Amino acid sequence: MTCQLTAEETAMLEGAEGPGVQRAMEIVATLGRIYGAPDLVPVTHAQIAGVSYKNLGDAGVQFLKEWAAEGAQVRTPTTLNPAGMEMERWQEMGIQPSFAEPQLSAIDAFITMGVTPTMSCTPYLFPGYTPRRGDHLAWAESSAVIFANSIIGARSNREGGPSALAAAIVGRTPRYGYHLDQERLADVVVEVRCPVRDVADFGALSYVVGKQVGNATLWFADLADHLPPLPADITLGGAAGDRLKTLGAGLAAYGAVALFHIAGYTPEARDLGEGLIRADARRLAVDSLDPGYTVMDADPDLRQIDLVTIGCPHASLSEIEQIAGLLQGQRVATQLWVTTARLTRDRAREAGWVQTIEAAGGQVVADTCAVVAPMRSIGVASMATNAGKMACYAPAHSKVKMRYGSLEQCVAAAVTGRWNG
Amino acid sequence: MADITRIHGRVIRAGRAEGRALVSPAPIGFLGGVDPDSGVVVEPNHPLHGQSVAGRVLVFPTGKGSTVGSYTILRLARNQVAPAAMINAESEAIVAVGAIIADIPMVDQVAIGLIRDGDWVTVDGDLVEIRQELAP
Repeated sequence: MTCQLTAEETAMLEGAEGPGVQRAMEIVATLGRIYGAPDLVPVTHAQIAGVSYKNLGDAGVQFLKEWAAEGAQVRTPTTLNPAGMEMERWQEMGIQPSFAEPQLSAIDAFITMGVTPTMSCTPYLFPGYTPRRGDHLAWAESSAVIFANSIIGARSNREGGPSALAAAIVGRTPRYGYHLDQERLADVVVEVRCPVRDVADFGALSYVVGKQVGNATLWFADLADHLPPLPADITLGGAAGDRLKTLGAGLAAYGAVALFHIAGYTPEARDLGEGLIRADARRLAVDSLDPGYTVMDADPDLRQIDLVTIGCPHASLSEIEQIAGLLQGQRVATQLWVTTARLTRDRAREAGWVQTIEAAGGQVVADTCAVVAPMRSIGVASMATNAGKMACYAPAHSKVKMRYGSLEQCVAAAVTGRWNG
Repeated sequence: MADITRIHGRVIRAGRAEGRALVSPAPIGFLGGVDPDSGVVVEPNHPLHGQSVAGRVLVFPTGKGSTVGSYTILRLARNQVAPAAMINAESEAIVAVGAIIADIPMVDQVAIGLIRDGDWVTVDGDLVEIRQELAP
């Protein structure tokens, strides 16, 4: 099948708008051909991954600088994934200049291309950026893609870092996959027959289900029973938003899920009901979260914790509020990182929560997280978290040992310096 | 004596290149699977484990793994250890984007079973020419 390009798009492909736009259109049009897209669809927002110098390497940084020098400019609002360090406080974090300089250089190249340097995996928590139902997006952060598709009802494929940037530069992405109604039907019906109580439980659930479903679209038949209502303002996070954020991140990381529906709860499920389930959908029952906890809490003998880290995906306002509440009048004995977006940190500081966490000796770290920062080189060998995706990625990416449990357990470990339970 | 086979594929990245085929029966994940400095396949238990992709016409069914793998292909190219060309049975986004940003000629929708390890392969646009040395 050929992917139909408009006259304007063809001109971009032939170089009418310069070599930077030409290269971007070559990427977008080639993906359209590979995946059999009938045409390209305009996007309202792009989210770029491949930001940390750890993943880009010198070649990636050089390539971004060249693309910027070729005059490529984004033509839709575009935000950035976390980088490998906080932009201003990298020296305090123990980051070496040999890492910081190319990292800053990469961010500069993005800014030259018109990208807003949010450096966060949670663009859906930003007032003014939160997509609306039916919006077409080119998002490259798998945890954000699944949140936008499932909880908001926007439409994005799991773009790669360069393809999301290419889509931003041409303002379009190929119309295939999750952009199409027929690709948003559920392949697997999931029944959950055990209690799912807190963020850590939702992380464990994401492991148990994610490992069994690959890239299927899911229909959770009864998960609404375990969830508080969605907040009217999703940018606050809230008890429901925080659980769904960790569920989606884990399903996307342990499986390759980009969309789930919850009966009677998520927007498309509320409107379309069981018509969203494919006739040949298979069923999956979850009777216990233990298989998740066994793998994610991978080092059960580990007691001594160097770093407690909360915020994967980046902490919401409601999570920061909870941590500040638990730390009131306390003093931490380990390092404590609450990783979040700069925009969320600004809002939390207005509420006084950042000051409470800092007074207890913790840090509210922006722009980065313990998955993309060079943890070993800054002296961290053991970590604890309540975040399902972090429990999988940090040991693999940074070769650290890990304890996994509830937010309360994590904060208690930070205060006492030891993991109990 | 050599036997020459010519087949047509679908162009992913247009260009001309030639080299000895390195054939993988299994998909390749570039991030973490191929060392960007040496070009050696480092994924444990991979059929190509320990072999270098540098300068070879790399033939494999499709890509897999992290989308950051596109940047790994770019790093291979900038380090002069990239494949000369790539041929897939069915292409996907990671390797296709990697080929475009790294300027590596690439075709897919080719019957890769026709290509044997060590064949001399030329990729030119959509044309794949396979020279197989005949057994003496």
